Amino acid sequence: MSTVTTTMPAATGAPAQRRRPNRRRAAKFWTIVGLMLSATFAVLPVLWMFLSSLKPNTRILDDPPSLFAHSSFAGYRKLFSDPSQLNAFRDSYVIGGAVTLLTIIVAVCAGFALSRFDFPGKSAVMTVVIGVQSVPPISLVIPYLGLITFLNLYDSFTGLILTHLVLTFPYAIVMMTAYFDTLPRTLDEAARMDGASSLRVLWQILLPISLPGVVSVGVYTFMLSWNEFLFALMLTKQHVRTVPIRISLFIGQNAVDWQGMFAMSILGSLPVLVIFLVFQRYFLGGLTAGSVKG
Amino acid sequence: MSQATLEARPAGPLLTPATGRRRRTRRWRLTPYLFLGPSLLLMIGLMFIPIGTVIYYSVINYAIVNRPGRPQHLVGLFNYRQLFDDPNFVSSIWHTIVFAVASVALHLLLGLAFALLLNSEVIGRVGKAIFRTLVIIPWLFTITIVVALWRYLLLDPKGVVNFVLHSVGLPTEGLAWLGQTNTALAAVVFINVWAGYPFFMISLLAGLQGVDGELREAARVDGANAFQRFWFVTRPHLRPIAVSMSILDLIWNLQNFATIFLLTGGGPVNSTNVLANYTYTTAYFNQDYTAGAASAVIILVISLILAVFYAWSRRALNR
Repeated sequence: MSTVTTTMPAATGAPAQRRRPNRRRAAKFWTIVGLMLSATFAVLPVLWMFLSSLKPNTRILDDPPSLFAHSSFAGYRKLFSDPSQLNAFRDSYVIGGAVTLLTIIVAVCAGFALSRFDFPGKSAVMTVVIGVQSVPPISLVIPYLGLITFLNLYDSFTGLILTHLVLTFPYAIVMMTAYFDTLPRTLDEAARMDGASSLRVLWQILLPISLPGVVSVGVYTFMLSWNEFLFALMLTKQHVRTVPIRISLFIGQNAVDWQGMFAMSILGSLPVLVIFLVFQRYFLGGLTAGSVKG
Repeated sequence: MSQATLEARPAGPLLTPATGRRRRTRRWRLTPYLFLGPSLLLMIGLMFIPIGTVIYYSVINYAIVNRPGRPQHLVGLFNYRQLFDDPNFVSSIWHTIVFAVASVALHLLLGLAFALLLNSEVIGRVGKAIFRTLVIIPWLFTITIVVALWRYLLLDPKGVVNFVLHSVGLPTEGLAWLGQTNTALAAVVFINVWAGYPFFMISLLAGLQGVDGELREAARVDGANAFQRFWFVTRPHLRPIAVSMSILDLIWNLQNFATIFLLTGGGPVNSTNVLANYTYTTAYFNQDYTAGAASAVIILVISLILAVFYAWSRRALNR
């Protein structure tokens, strides 16, 4: 360990003094090595995917692999001229946007009730909200197939939006309740004394200062909906096709269009990456408020 | 505008006669239920009723697919008995356990290691932020992208992973990671770990920030080495978070469908077939919705049992 940093002349200082800074420097060195390795582990495969999205299909399986081989943005150009691929983005945005909006409305209302009122059945509702997060989507999708067909919502936006809500609202309620709990009750009590209705208290007092909480709920919800696979696989066919389904269709092919698949993957991950980078602070805060503090 | 100005208000009109006050309290009592209305509707319509339906499907002779001429009727636990007579179902239980337990253990291990590295005092704020963002990246990709990427990296003759391993001298010639019964499950777990550890890391990192720095410094002064400081100061603090996260992750991984369905479809020769994939194949490919429903109910029951432990672990966390 300490062999790495030998800049300190061995003769100076007492042994104790000498060892300390050496050990500190060694710790720093190994921490940075560890961080480099973990970042490589996380990012290198993704970087390779990006480089591959630039290569023509004939060069993508080169042996030995090459970093750049006739690299160009041809794959991306092809995607942008193919309406069926572009429609997947439209579908995913429409569904993700609607799910996010509806989840926020549902979760803000429920979080307000759970944070600001005492009522019979409250602890039961709390338990159920936490419990339903563990219900497996694979168990729900069998009855959904019957239900959605019965409601004439198979292969429709409404059907997928409704089923995505099931995945997002329990977690959103937990996050929103936790957020409201951090706001002092004196705020809304003062407004109540002034004669404000509950809806007014929520809309004009609590909501404006809850924006960070709402944003983190929204970011998490959009990510869940954008990434969802099982319901989109089972409950849509051709009218609605989300981005993950489009990408999975590449995987199933015999002669895989690697370049197209990776170009689609890079484009398909951009929205989530951008949202995450922009809202990182809110997002991490909300996530840990929901999972750590409860 | 409704910022309270208590003194400015005359006391008179605020306190109305008893009738008015009673109406107010009744409304007050109803209010929380109104705010919960949308969530309750969602829960009943899209959770409770479907769960009732899938349980019902699991105890009748056929569902969803029409069988003209044969009336629908209750068959008790017949579908469940049929499941346990199917060796593929029994083996899928084992694969599910191996997959889920290995995934959770490695998520925890990697998540903890990366969180400790990121929490280290020797790097600055900017460096921390950059590394944290980089290390979270795998978690942001939707599962189909993760699968597309790793199926390509793990390709048999011309995959990059085999090329790298071969060039450092490992005998990986002709090793089809996802295509051989002896490596497929391990490869699937690895990919699942790569895509999932950041969730642990984020939560553990938040937990680490709550560890008392003075306590650690005191331990250092007392001569505790790095491992002892971790074991006696940091570990007890992180334990409740780690337990809670592990149970949640166990529930998710026991239910995992997309990763395995897309990577291997349960193959080769059922070697990666897990419960969720078995359920899917039975219900949709074999059009046996009642057996699929029975299998789905089994996953549901296991999940709910674990959810009780999860709720309990969170209560311990909040205390």
